Amino acid sequence: MKKILFDRIDEPGLNTMAVYERRGGYASLRKAMTMSRQEVLDELLASSIRGRGGAGFPMGRKVSFLPKGDMDKYLVCNADESEPGTFKDRELMQKSPHMLIEGIVIASYAGGIDRAFIYIRGEYSYQADILDAAIEEARAAGYVGERILGSEHTLSLVLHRGAGAYICGEETGLLDSLEGKRGNPRLKPPFPAIEGLYDGPTLINNVETLATIPHIIAMGGAEYAKIGTETSTGTKLVSVSGDVKRPGNYEIELGTPSREIIYGLAGGPPDGRKVKLWFPGGSSAPVLTADDLDTPYDFDSMAKAGSMLGSGAIIVVDDSHPVLDVAMKLAKFYAHESCGKCVPCREGTNWTVKMLQRIESGEATPMDLDIMASVQEQIIGNCLCVLGDAMAMPIGSIIEKYRPELEAHIEAARERAGTGALEDVIAIPVY
Amino acid sequence: MSATPAPRHNDWDRPQAQAVPRFEHGSRVPGWDDAVDLTKDPAVVPDPARTAVPARLRQEIEAAMSRYPDRHSASIPALHAAQEEHGWCSPEAIDQVAAVMRVTPAYLTSVATFYDMLVTEPKGRNDVFVCTNISCSLLGADDLYEAMSAAAADEDDITVRSFECLGACDIAPMASVNGQYVGPLELADAERIVADLLAGREVLAEKQLRYRPCADPGAAG
Repeated sequence: MKKILFDRIDEPGLNTMAVYERRGGYASLRKAMTMSRQEVLDELLASSIRGRGGAGFPMGRKVSFLPKGDMDKYLVCNADESEPGTFKDRELMQKSPHMLIEGIVIASYAGGIDRAFIYIRGEYSYQADILDAAIEEARAAGYVGERILGSEHTLSLVLHRGAGAYICGEETGLLDSLEGKRGNPRLKPPFPAIEGLYDGPTLINNVETLATIPHIIAMGGAEYAKIGTETSTGTKLVSVSGDVKRPGNYEIELGTPSREIIYGLAGGPPDGRKVKLWFPGGSSAPVLTADDLDTPYDFDSMAKAGSMLGSGAIIVVDDSHPVLDVAMKLAKFYAHESCGKCVPCREGTNWTVKMLQRIESGEATPMDLDIMASVQEQIIGNCLCVLGDAMAMPIGSIIEKYRPELEAHIEAARERAGTGALEDVIAIPVY
Repeated sequence: MSATPAPRHNDWDRPQAQAVPRFEHGSRVPGWDDAVDLTKDPAVVPDPARTAVPARLRQEIEAAMSRYPDRHSASIPALHAAQEEHGWCSPEAIDQVAAVMRVTPAYLTSVATFYDMLVTEPKGRNDVFVCTNISCSLLGADDLYEAMSAAAADEDDITVRSFECLGACDIAPMASVNGQYVGPLELADAERIVADLLAGREVLAEKQLRYRPCADPGAAG
């Protein structure tokens, strides 16, 4: 397969304007500026590209939701990339920042947007410096700023560095953070396309989605739609990590069998070990088991398998790790990152940690698993954003799929702690 | 009037059978780290005429404010700059930012306490963030964090923190040393990181992420 985003990505100096332009960079922008806004939007719609950040919403339709009119409209590039296991945008921004900038300028032209922000997580300081330099180059060359390439299109582009908060990857939390507040998510609707940053219509897209736009314009939307499957078009950057021999970012055609990614590209788990479970789309995705390895890697097949493609981060856990450790890591992470605005998430994440600690300390009975599962069910769908769901889905699926192992844990821990055999415990329902 | 007390109907009226463990401030929940001083007037926007702000910091904050349609958006860049200047977001640093941005210190404190990279207590000049999230911990990050903490235990100038996913699972287990990503790390690297920091050298030059080529074999073209 011909790489689209990762084509000769390691070429020295690709982060500079000179090399990027020599390779045909900004030709798509020139082409787009000869087209009308509607024609550019039609190409995006024809490509059927779905958002690469996690939710998988069709990008072209998102642009078309923006109201027409002369009000200030905003584009925000979500470069917060804080989903555990995800590191694709980092490589893209570090090695080919102009690809992202070109995509942002084209997208803002299609949406009639005059102000754009890149919200990059504060930890990516090296990548932010590279982007800052690239924006400066683009501004000097006239690709960003007033009357771009002699057209009526004007765009200001500002890089905004975050300061370390997972919740700021959530689009409305990101907007609050960009407005200089604590990154608390907002009630939706109104959706950001209607009322977002500074109460103006706002288009929010992931780095990878925006970086793909120059390629869509270059090859044409219909041509791009031929790659991948019918409902998941194009290529996807996949971050494979955890217990694999060759962790890293790989560009795959959507619909590639997952086994080929995990074993073929990433080399599979270390010799002598087997895949126990894997997260197909970041740590927020319900876990899949070794039986699901032949599922095609695309949005719909993952949903059908009971999980999600998410941000495209595959985390592989091999059979040397107890599933309880995995659950504990996840729960502690979400409890730490919950912003505290909605009760089900704030309390649910904390209580899940406490209940998992009960298992470890030998105080739990198998009924704790039922309580924990019901806590997860009460989080899902009951909060302003999906941070709580992002814990509830994997934890819920772990309890469902690995219950015998967790029960064995409970018994072993009770024996260790001397809290009595299970048959001597009278279970009193507490809920 | 009878001297007998009214009969108790409610469970919660009864005296506690055993003392509930309480925190220092008397509550059963951890609550705020510092109790509110109710005798103090609320802090208002500091008087710019009475608040001395280092010229470089003022310049950076004003430059940040000029980039956004709303000056409040500059709060994170401004606090970053103040932290750089003062070492941490001290009350003095927050006052200075508040004076330049014309906001209350409380507003900035609310922001500074929300984000992991802004620190509201004294810390060392050098930051070592060890990622202890899922992918790194599968490959031994928790032991690495212990080793890193032990190696830097006597160094006031180095603050080691365990951090949530830093977005570099391809070099797990990894750490961010003053923003420079290094990995995959072994336990012995902890001592080397401390030595490199103290000597002012580039940290683990051969393990820095920025030199790492793309893993995808097809990316070579």
